[in-house]
Amino acid sequence: MKLRLKSVKISNHVGGYMSSKLVSLVGVSALALYSSMAVGSKYNLQEPQSIIARETYDLHVVLMWICVVIFIGVFGVMFYSILKHRKSLGYKAANFHHSTSVEVVWTVIPCIILVVMAYPATKTIIKMKDTSEAAITIKATGYQWMWGYDYLSGEGEGISFFSKLATPKTQIDNKEPKGENYLLEVDNRVVVPVGQKVRIILTANDVLHAWWVPALGVKQDAIPGFIRDTWFTADSPGVYRGQCAELCGKDHGFMPIVVEVLEADAYAQWVSDQQSELVAAEEQAVADADKEFGMDELMAKGEQVYATVCAACHQPNGQGIPGAFAALDGSELVNGPVSEHIEIVVKGKAGTAMTAFGHLSDVDLAAVVTYERNAWSNETGDIVQPSDISQFRN
Amino acid sequence: MAAVQDHGHGHGHDDHHPTGIMRWVTTTNHKDIGSMYLWFSLTMFFIGGTLAMGIRAELYQPGIQILEPELFNQFTTLHGLIMVFGAIMPAFVGLANWQVPMMIGAPDMAFARMNNWSFWLLPVAGSLLIVSFFVPGGAAAGGWTFYPPLSVQGGLGVDLMIFAIHILGASSIMGSINIITTILNMRAPGLTLMKMPMFVWTWLITAYLLVLVMPVLAGVVTMLLTDRHFGTSFFNAAGGGDPVLFQHIFWFFGHPEVYIMILPAFGIVSEIIPTFARKPLFGYSSMVYATASIAILSCFVWAHHMFTAGMPVTGQLFFMYATMLIAVPTAVKVFNWTATMWRGSMTFETPMLFSIGFIFLFVIGGFSGVICAIVPIDIQVQDTYYVIAHFHYVLVSGALFALFAAAYYWLPKWTGNMYSETLGKWHFWLSMFFFNATFFVQHFLGLAGMPRRIPDYALQFADFNKISSIGAFGFGLTQVLFLYIVISCIRSGEKAPEKPWDGATTLEWTHLPTPAPYHSFETPPVIK
Amino acid sequence: MNFTMLRKLFVFSIVMFAFGYALVPFYEKFCEVTGINNLLQPDILVQETQVDTSRWITVELDANTRGLPWEFKPLQSSVRIHPGEPVDVMYEITNNTDRVVNGQAIPSYSPRSLEKYLRKFECFCFTKQVLQPNEVRQMPVQFVIESSIPADVNTVTISYTFFELPDGKKAVNEK
Repeated sequence: MKLRLKSVKISNHVGGYMSSKLVSLVGVSALALYSSMAVGSKYNLQEPQSIIARETYDLHVVLMWICVVIFIGVFGVMFYSILKHRKSLGYKAANFHHSTSVEVVWTVIPCIILVVMAYPATKTIIKMKDTSEAAITIKATGYQWMWGYDYLSGEGEGISFFSKLATPKTQIDNKEPKGENYLLEVDNRVVVPVGQKVRIILTANDVLHAWWVPALGVKQDAIPGFIRDTWFTADSPGVYRGQCAELCGKDHGFMPIVVEVLEADAYAQWVSDQQSELVAAEEQAVADADKEFGMDELMAKGEQVYATVCAACHQPNGQGIPGAFAALDGSELVNGPVSEHIEIVVKGKAGTAMTAFGHLSDVDLAAVVTYERNAWSNETGDIVQPSDISQFRN
Repeated sequence: MAAVQDHGHGHGHDDHHPTGIMRWVTTTNHKDIGSMYLWFSLTMFFIGGTLAMGIRAELYQPGIQILEPELFNQFTTLHGLIMVFGAIMPAFVGLANWQVPMMIGAPDMAFARMNNWSFWLLPVAGSLLIVSFFVPGGAAAGGWTFYPPLSVQGGLGVDLMIFAIHILGASSIMGSINIITTILNMRAPGLTLMKMPMFVWTWLITAYLLVLVMPVLAGVVTMLLTDRHFGTSFFNAAGGGDPVLFQHIFWFFGHPEVYIMILPAFGIVSEIIPTFARKPLFGYSSMVYATASIAILSCFVWAHHMFTAGMPVTGQLFFMYATMLIAVPTAVKVFNWTATMWRGSMTFETPMLFSIGFIFLFVIGGFSGVICAIVPIDIQVQDTYYVIAHFHYVLVSGALFALFAAAYYWLPKWTGNMYSETLGKWHFWLSMFFFNATFFVQHFLGLAGMPRRIPDYALQFADFNKISSIGAFGFGLTQVLFLYIVISCIRSGEKAPEKPWDGATTLEWTHLPTPAPYHSFETPPVIK
Repeated sequence: MNFTMLRKLFVFSIVMFAFGYALVPFYEKFCEVTGINNLLQPDILVQETQVDTSRWITVELDANTRGLPWEFKPLQSSVRIHPGEPVDVMYEITNNTDRVVNGQAIPSYSPRSLEKYLRKFECFCFTKQVLQPNEVRQMPVQFVIESSIPADVNTVTISYTFFELPDGKKAVNEK
């Protein structure tokens, strides 16, 4: 809407040098052009999928129109003056310089308009803050650079997983064509039932993050050490995508949020699948804990883990980025005692971007440490078993 | 008042000032210092602009092509810091140095030596910022707002940034004290406060704001420094602190800061429009009151930058209402300018074009500001390109366009030469076109859901980003034209008439020759 | 004259620097007297509040650890209570390592207005917790939510986050 308006105004502005017919022709055609473009949702907020998002959308449309009308009014007067009251037309300047009554009027009118704008907004704000009586509470934790989700209460209580960017690095580096949901796809989606009030509790592990899903009308900062909350009730099933909205370091642009809204029975199915997977994973973890892995097995798994978790900073070739991220290839630490290597991976290094990766499984950690110690020019020959990791943890 | 006495016995223009580089290092003349401020800010403007070109080049299409994410963050951070603290603020101080003494009939600034010192701190701070790109770990990458805990993670670059901000803050405080003292004590006899030119008024109010909030910024960066190196936990939850505290303190500085960058621009436009409408400024006293109320209100709205940080509903409502209230005095100003133009006898030289462009685009920025003030909408557009578009409309087409207008308006007085009117008009129309091409589409990007400060984006944002990047390259190139116009004006411009603007009424045009002599108003003029 | 000025300025800056340090005991006294930021003593119930049996409030309990090799969880994920009624809940921490680890918990509440109505008589937060190797410890929290809490609040969350307390660093409530 704004774009349309401005084009008219600019053409008016130029209009000093053109005939007025030409001006109106340009104006009307520009208006028509932009109206047709404005049909696409590309020019407005995303299609709302919750009550808050819908109210926000409507509020925006109304305010937009109020602004447009005022804009046309004010600049209509100004551009009339610019066209008519110019020296080149021989217009003689008047000499008035104040009028108390006019000034009082144009101070009071904006006040009234603002009250009109504030009233509906206030109602929506109060609604946004009402996080009571939620059917499901999910805790979202921001990590550098992924999200962790814990289903705290309601159907699905106990489910817990991490959600990372699923777009392959090759697409980001322009080595293969970009997929449809480029940068907006994750390995594990947050799944919620349709029509149920979902309360999201937010916190963060390291730095500030913000959990934002535009279509659901929620955005809330995640703050380490503190909790904040927000809520939504999804109107209809579907997949809604958003991104982290608070600068959180290097991969801020690469930690999307994907919410999948399911019908009640599909959701129940998902919950039972997750819970049985959880049990299976625990059994697997117990089995793996004492299993002795071979070098090849660990190297293959380690390479995968390294590519998804470590390569963003330390680079696929292990060279890091001088000055920012340490090189692992030929590093003293990596080629030094195993225990120190494990410690820094599990606990991170204070005051640097190297965060703790203790949340990874013993198998993943063992594999990635083994990989780092034997990849590139590193040839320690050490094999780190999951049992070594669990021993370190204990 | 040492400066006044110095010039008292330097009456016969027997300036034994050094020549060459030492002239500039040791000068206490407000015109020399003003010029140095302006050249410094122009230099920083081009450096900050180069960073912006880098950012837009990376965002030209999806995927990572030119800047790795870490470097991209350093670019956005330093672009913001350099433009705010290196380009816009020093440019206004430079204008104040040149114009305030001449507009109030004073021979120089009140504290001439301190004036020299407050300028020479700037290149030091600027170099620290630029050098930080080349230290291990690179420059600060936490955004120009450097929120902790992210800014606690950074390396040496963050420390250099903190020191640079300390130095810039000290420079600004000294500059402001100087301006306040000059305006309050050194006006020509008969020039009462309510007769002062609007530019002087806006700078007086701005200087008070600066003295109020710059120490707050110095405080918050010091707290950040001790959190980083001396084991304190102001912003660290692990020690009982709170990261959100930083945001409160930062924005208590940060919001008045945006008015610091726009109030002098209001002043400039309020000088230029009456001149070219050949009609006195409409509603002078309501302009003064509006400026003062904007300044006062600006200290009570800081948390509207933090609606998504989570605050009680009463807090959100208070800050929303207070923010919306600022629209009232701002609207009064726009109405006053319109009424000044109404039934004037207008001509449209470059300064006037930039002033009208300023009002037109600043109002768009003002409207998107009102929309951002509405909490539910703000929660949607916070930290998106909508906000980027909003503040570039107020800072680029606001502050920067006003600075261009001021430069064209006073160049004849400063240099004695006219700039090229044709090229000036080209500069305006190209800037106008490319500015809107760059930033208008960013409103749509933000509404559609593109977060700010990301080096790569989803495919649905590709078209608008391409337009925006092309616009940005055009805008950047156009500013090279400005540099050319200024240099050719100084070197080979046509000689300016004594009073090139027949509608001008302020002292520098009515009581001083063109170009203004090195020492002006050694005997104050008497205002009736 | 310049020298006298310099001396005055020097003395002034020393005094200002000392003043900065003098603020530490000053603020401590100030907070003690006014009761602001009272982390040292448990809360006392300002007035005997009536138990409002007509209302239910769901209190969700949450636990987080940051950079600690500990397991930290509430023993019940939520409790349903009446405003004004004293409540006991239990948290459990487990040190999974074979070394001694110090930690400190920071509380956080949602909605944020809860803080005004929450009175805690016993809590482990802001206090140094030393866990021996493989020690498991249960820690109670005893609180009342005052019945003056607005009627529209019926779900609240009490959350604790444990951070490691490095050797030589004091907990918040240690003098």
